[in-house]
Amino acid sequence: MGEIKLMKGNEALAEAMIREGCDAYFGYPITPQSEVLEYLSIDAHKRTGMVVLQSESEVSAINMVYGAAAAGKRVMTTSSSPGMSLMQEGISYIASAELPCVLANVMRGGPGLGTIQPSQGDYFQSVKGGGHGDYHMIVLAPSSVQEMVNYVGLGFELAEKYRTPVMLLADGAIGQMMEKVELPDQKPRKTVFPDWATTGKIAGKPRRYITSLNIKPEEMEKINHILQNKYAEITKNEVRYVTKNIEDAEYIFTGFGLGARICTKAMEIAREKGYKVGMIRPQTVWPFPTEIYNKTSKNLKGILCVEMNAGQMVEDVKLSVNGQCPVEFYGRTGGMLPSPDEIIEKFEECFIKGGK
Amino acid sequence: MTEEAIFAGFGGQGVLSMGMMLAYAGMIENKEVCWMPSYGPEMRGGTANCTIIVSDKPVSSPIVSTYDSVVALNQPSLEKFESKVKPGGVIIIEKSTVPVLPTRTDITTYVVNGNEEALKLKNLKVLNMIILGAFLAARKTVSPENLVKALYKALPERHHKLIPLNEEAIRIGMNFIK
Repeated sequence: MGEIKLMKGNEALAEAMIREGCDAYFGYPITPQSEVLEYLSIDAHKRTGMVVLQSESEVSAINMVYGAAAAGKRVMTTSSSPGMSLMQEGISYIASAELPCVLANVMRGGPGLGTIQPSQGDYFQSVKGGGHGDYHMIVLAPSSVQEMVNYVGLGFELAEKYRTPVMLLADGAIGQMMEKVELPDQKPRKTVFPDWATTGKIAGKPRRYITSLNIKPEEMEKINHILQNKYAEITKNEVRYVTKNIEDAEYIFTGFGLGARICTKAMEIAREKGYKVGMIRPQTVWPFPTEIYNKTSKNLKGILCVEMNAGQMVEDVKLSVNGQCPVEFYGRTGGMLPSPDEIIEKFEECFIKGGK
Repeated sequence: MTEEAIFAGFGGQGVLSMGMMLAYAGMIENKEVCWMPSYGPEMRGGTANCTIIVSDKPVSSPIVSTYDSVVALNQPSLEKFESKVKPGGVIIIEKSTVPVLPTRTDITTYVVNGNEEALKLKNLKVLNMIILGAFLAARKTVSPENLVKALYKALPERHHKLIPLNEEAIRIGMNFIK
């Protein structure tokens, strides 16, 4: 068993990065994730030799990630909502160039410069493609400090397996709160690099060349086909979710990240009141766990989706359920959090008190 | 056992570190813990609070609607959180900074003369440990011995010389609760 510590989500994320043998971190501070860069600045370089660099902006951070990933290095950046918006162009380039990297968005209230309080308003941006063109990222939604740690390791594993950017979609609360966490053992940094990495021209071998520009549409369409085949493969293999109490459930509460944690509390209260409520929590929001919703909803009286936004994941839930049971939504926006009591109230209003 | 508490007061009174020490102590007792600070505009405006949950079971949500106990170290905090205490729950207030007492009769209120006692110890910074001592006596969330262990674990070594004073403060706080 690994070392157990009490840590803030942001600090745990940074510690996991060091222990997973990350070669480089580029980032620009923004609340509520500034602790990541702060923590790495203390002694990450001394411990593993990894590069930790505060760039002059988020645009340069993501392009530094692009460069390091092209050289075959394990590389990460983190930001929060407005900063992540600035990175979208770079993410599209990285996805097109098929490079592995891990990004974390510790979301805050938007739109615009918004607030610094926790939010889940960037679901669409992360899951539906915030940058241009037909690409996807694998999007992992941590709901605890422990998952902040676990998903760094998993993120690199998936990113390298599929040569694709992976996003950790967290929020300000997960970043700021402290929980007990088991840390992985220190892994060595990589010494062998993949055969596509641009590590310098070797005499007698062809040049390696990484770009997202293909001026001929015939070529670009081929690249699109490669990407789409890869996304189909990921959708087949990498769906992750957890369920609770769904065996006898008449209703399901669902949400991701912190929203799901609050739902779990609401489910406990609902069970005490005698309502048969279960839970589905996607751990990957892309690829989305469509099948479990589709299978479960056949026997349900209703689903309540709770998010810290105006209703984003609920669209994917509805597509998955495909009309087999009613799907209702409750959300708070701008950095406000839904409380367990509000969820129960909404649930009773929709499904119990002569609801639909 | 699950204790869902909120500690609230002015910035500088040590409410955040008070919650953090309780979380460390809970961890020493192999309990599940969650500490969630306010970090937003309220913090920048001078008031601070943290939710702290200590439980035998995994903590479902760091966000709760009602609390088993509220510690209020200023009047606005009491006004904000009095209505959020579960019936049968507890409010602990500091005498000099909370002049107007809670009005609810379905909860227990403890008034702790924290600032005066801290002055007697010639260190106003131990106010939070006096209050935390009172909290432990009232709620028995963790043992005071493990709280002291938590201080040794969480504080950097250069501050360890102050721990005996903090132990004294915890003991004084506990004596307020009969």
